[in-house]
Amino acid sequence: MKKSQIILFILSLLIWTFLTWPPDIQHIIVGILVAGLVSYLTGDLFVKRPHHFLSPARYLWFLYYIPVFIWECLKANIDVARRVVHPDLPINPGIVKVKTNLKSDTALTFLANSITLTPGTMSVDIIPEEGILYIHWIDVKDKDIQKASEIIVRRFEKILSKIFE
Amino acid sequence: MNELFGYIFIVVGISFDFFGCLGLVRLPDVYNRLQASTKCVTLGTSSILFGLFLFKGFSAAGIKALLCIVFLLLTAPVSAHALARGAHKSGVRLWENSVCDKYLEDTENE
Repeated sequence: MKKSQIILFILSLLIWTFLTWPPDIQHIIVGILVAGLVSYLTGDLFVKRPHHFLSPARYLWFLYYIPVFIWECLKANIDVARRVVHPDLPINPGIVKVKTNLKSDTALTFLANSITLTPGTMSVDIIPEEGILYIHWIDVKDKDIQKASEIIVRRFEKILSKIFE
Repeated sequence: MNELFGYIFIVVGISFDFFGCLGLVRLPDVYNRLQASTKCVTLGTSSILFGLFLFKGFSAAGIKALLCIVFLLLTAPVSAHALARGAHKSGVRLWENSVCDKYLEDTENE
């Protein structure tokens, strides 16, 4: 068994255990069989760089990322709710272009998802080779690529690069 | 005590869901509507599920509610992204008062 397959096996067995909570011996046996089959077949597709799973610093940064993300998410909701109930509908939408330094697929996926769930921004398209994202912004503050990147991307980029790069 | 917090989370979740739906009606074009619906509905539904978890604790239903939150947070932005990209590719333009559309400029240049 390769490292990536073992990681996928552990992950899928964990999810299976949660799905069939409370754990008992029958469910665990079926889970081991299914997780073993899945990880044997698709281990290489899911985990590309298994050594990343072994460094504890990444998990700590991920723990730090969760409250930051929840806070931004909450702000996003209050912001959108305010715009929606405001009688004048204060929106100023447009699609802007931002640039990121992240390279790996996982990091870019997480960045795009975080951008979608944070105040006023939603990712429309992504060019992974050049690190360019097209963002629909409900209240455009700056059309310039540098300044828009500064406002939208920088919040998450540092943390995400420590977790996934 | 847990029941009280559970109720609070469920009420907050339902009100965010309501604002999301209101946004769906009031905002002018596809992209703005997607913004309102994805953000509010994701957090609203997660909040309802978390309230359910507070009611049930670490039982079968509670753990499934937590798993649902994780899957919702992972998949809702992806579907919004796919919808927005698909709408733009098939020629849906932005609202006429929009400020800029860099994506249209770049795709037309190619």
